[in-house]
Amino acid sequence: MKVALTTTGSDLSDPLEPRFGRAPKFLVYDLDSDTFMVVDNNKNLNAVQGAGIQSADTIARIGASALITGHCGPKAFRVLSAAGVKVYASSARTVEEAITLFRQGKLSESQSADVEGHWV
Amino acid sequence: MIIAIASGKGGTGKTTLSVNLALAAQTPIQLLDCDVEAPNAHLFLNPSGIESTVVHVPIPVVDESACDGCGECGRMCEYHAIVSFGSVPLVFPEMCHGCGGCMRVCPRHAISEKGHRIGEVHISTVGHITLIEGKIDVGIAMAPPLIRAVKSRLSASVPVLLDAPPGTSCPVIASIRDADFVILVTEPTAFGLHDLSLAVDMTRALNRPFAVVVNRMGIGDDRVHQFCREEGIRILAEIPDDRRIAEAYSEGRTIVDAIPAYRGLFHSILNQIGILSHSH
Repeated sequence: MKVALTTTGSDLSDPLEPRFGRAPKFLVYDLDSDTFMVVDNNKNLNAVQGAGIQSADTIARIGASALITGHCGPKAFRVLSAAGVKVYASSARTVEEAITLFRQGKLSESQSADVEGHWV
Repeated sequence: MIIAIASGKGGTGKTTLSVNLALAAQTPIQLLDCDVEAPNAHLFLNPSGIESTVVHVPIPVVDESACDGCGECGRMCEYHAIVSFGSVPLVFPEMCHGCGGCMRVCPRHAISEKGHRIGEVHISTVGHITLIEGKIDVGIAMAPPLIRAVKSRLSASVPVLLDAPPGTSCPVIASIRDADFVILVTEPTAFGLHDLSLAVDMTRALNRPFAVVVNRMGIGDDRVHQFCREEGIRILAEIPDDRRIAEAYSEGRTIVDAIPAYRGLFHSILNQIGILSHSH
C-alpha cells in the first residue's frame, strides 16, 4: 500500500507540509517495501487556479490509496474521494512522524474537506 | 470607436472620469461598465427602465452511459474544470471557461453542454448616454465571459467609453484588448506610479495607443510626471485633489454637475481623444 504525504523536502526527516494543493513536493511511501519516492509539485505550487484538483489528480495517478497532509480543500477532497484515495489530516512535524502515527492507526480518516479553497 | 479607461491601481478615478466624460460629450455615447465585480457607474447616472439579460457560460454535462473513462477531456482542460481517471469525469463548473474543448476531444461524444449562470447585463438610457453594465453573480470568480457579453451588446456606430476593472489581469485584458485608445488613470503617488508602470507594460503588450490622466493632482510627488516624460507618454489632463470633488462623489453626484467649472477639463480630454464635446 502506497501513502502520499505533502512535504517541503525530499527525505523522511523533512517537514510535513500543511497545504495540499500547493505543497512543493509529495513523498510517496510504500508501506510494504519500506521504500519511497519524491514527486515534484512545483507546477501546481505556482498554478493560478485548480492546484488542489490537479494535485489530487497527481496523487490518484501515482496509485496512492491514502493521503496524509495538513489540510484539504473541497475540490481536492471531491477528486480524491472519486479516485478512492482516503485523506488523513495530521499536524505531525515530519513525514516520518506522520508515517509512524499512520502505522499505529493514530490518524483518523477525514470525512470532508476541513478548509475552504485558497485558505492560505 | 472604443476609448477604454483603465488603471493599474484601483480607486484612481476610472469611473469618475468615465461618467464625467460621458456626460460632457455632445454626441450620443455608449458607456460600458466592464468592472463587473463592482459596477458603479449607475450610482452616478441613476438610470431607470433597465433592461436586463441573464448571461450563461456553457459547461460540460457527461452522459455516463456513453463515457468509457478514457480521460481525454481532463488532459485537454487547462483549467482542471473536468477531471477523469478511468471513470466518469468530475466537473467543476466554477473552474470552466466554457471553451467547449472537452466536448470536441471526447472520442465517445459523451459530452454535451448546458448553461451555467454567471451574471447579468443591464442596459439603460440616460439622456444621450446608453449605459451597458455587467454585474457578476456573487460567488462567480470568472469575469471575462461576462465582460465579453457586455461588449457584445455595444453598437458599432456610436462612440464607446469603456470603464475597465482595475489591475492588469484577465478581466482587464478582456476589456481593453480591442480598444482604439486607452486612458490610464493614475494618482501622483508611489503606489500610483508602481501600478501605472504595470498598466503601461500591459497596454504596450496589447499594442494599444494610450495616454495618462493624473487624478488627485497635488498629493504625492512628481515621479509619475517624470516617468511619463522619460517614457514619452502624453498626459491628457490633471484633475486636482479638490475636496469638493470628494464631497460630490460621496453624495453620488458627478463633477460636471456639482462643479461646473471643471467641465472645460473634460471637454479638453474629449477633444484630445476625438469625441465631440459641448462647447459651453
